[in-house]
Amino acid sequence: MADTYQADETVDITDVVCPVTFVKAKVALEEMDEGQVLAIRMNDGEPVQNVPRSMKEEGHQVLKLNANNDGTYTLLVRKVGD
Amino acid sequence: MSKVDYATLKKGGFMRQIQKDCFSLRLQTVGGALTTENLKKIAEVAETFGNGTVHLTSRQGVEIPFIQLKDIDTVKAELAEGGCRPGVCGPRVRTVTACQGCKVCPSGNIETYHIAKQLSDRYFGRELPHKFKFGVTGCQNNCLKAEENDVGIKGALTVKWLADKCIHCGVCVKACRTHAVTIADVDGRVSVNNEKCNYCGRCAKSCPTDAWDTQPAYIMSFGGTFGNTVSKGESPLPLVTSEEQLFRVADAAIQFFADHAQPGERFKFTLDRVGREMFYQKLKEAYHG
Repeated sequence: MADTYQADETVDITDVVCPVTFVKAKVALEEMDEGQVLAIRMNDGEPVQNVPRSMKEEGHQVLKLNANNDGTYTLLVRKVGD
Repeated sequence: MSKVDYATLKKGGFMRQIQKDCFSLRLQTVGGALTTENLKKIAEVAETFGNGTVHLTSRQGVEIPFIQLKDIDTVKAELAEGGCRPGVCGPRVRTVTACQGCKVCPSGNIETYHIAKQLSDRYFGRELPHKFKFGVTGCQNNCLKAEENDVGIKGALTVKWLADKCIHCGVCVKACRTHAVTIADVDGRVSVNNEKCNYCGRCAKSCPTDAWDTQPAYIMSFGGTFGNTVSKGESPLPLVTSEEQLFRVADAAIQFFADHAQPGERFKFTLDRVGREMFYQKLKEAYHG
């Protein structure tokens, strides 16, 4: 429970809608190295319901979903694979 | 020319057109699944004997229009070479519809084609007082509109949280569309409110560590119709948890229709007329085996 993760990069997908939300996050991960952690800031609703699962299905390691208490959430994802 | 038996032609999937002696030939399909071999033959027949077009029906079937009465036997033989058989119309069990299910779709909870194929093998073309439709959809997204069928089947997933695999990330809480999943602030324990859970399986599918024990199940609905009258099928039973149980219940439903329906009466109206209590009692007996 006490796990905290340090993000290497951050991407904000609150300015786009599905399916670009996923695409923007995916592009951000592609520019990173394996093992690095990406923080993805996303809106409540469809993005937070779907983007974490899409990251899992892409094979990345989902670490934590934090509520920012401003209607947005930050998902921490560790990149798996090149 | 000898008298045309339209009823027999219709039974064999030949739909009379407004143009004299022309038929739109309906083919037998299950869940809209066709092979390339089927498609090549359909294209060939449509070019040679039709007008070069096909119609994709609302129940995932194929009809080849503008088939001439004189060519019917040749067309049937030609189609058989490509693995295609005529479909049915009229008062009998119709095409079983299905989405692609869990073998293809990430949202799918059940093997829809497998279930649809078995339903079709078991009931397709069975003579009844009126048309009778089965539809199979893989999950709560309901792409195949389960409840519009006389008997609808919807894929479900029962979930049980596995504490030792959970990393308390909170993704499942947000993935749940019915707000059934909560995570305790104190110890991170995850709970599912069974009153709110709709068995969509999104919590388990989104979980990064697969910290859920899941079992596929079926939600069955009865008496739906979506034609002249629009009415949603009802789901009086708890989750159906095995194929064996599913077919016991389906057998009971179709038998109830065969025993109680008047000619030309859809299942919903039979249920309205004789009352649902007796039907639900039969369903429960089949459910419990």
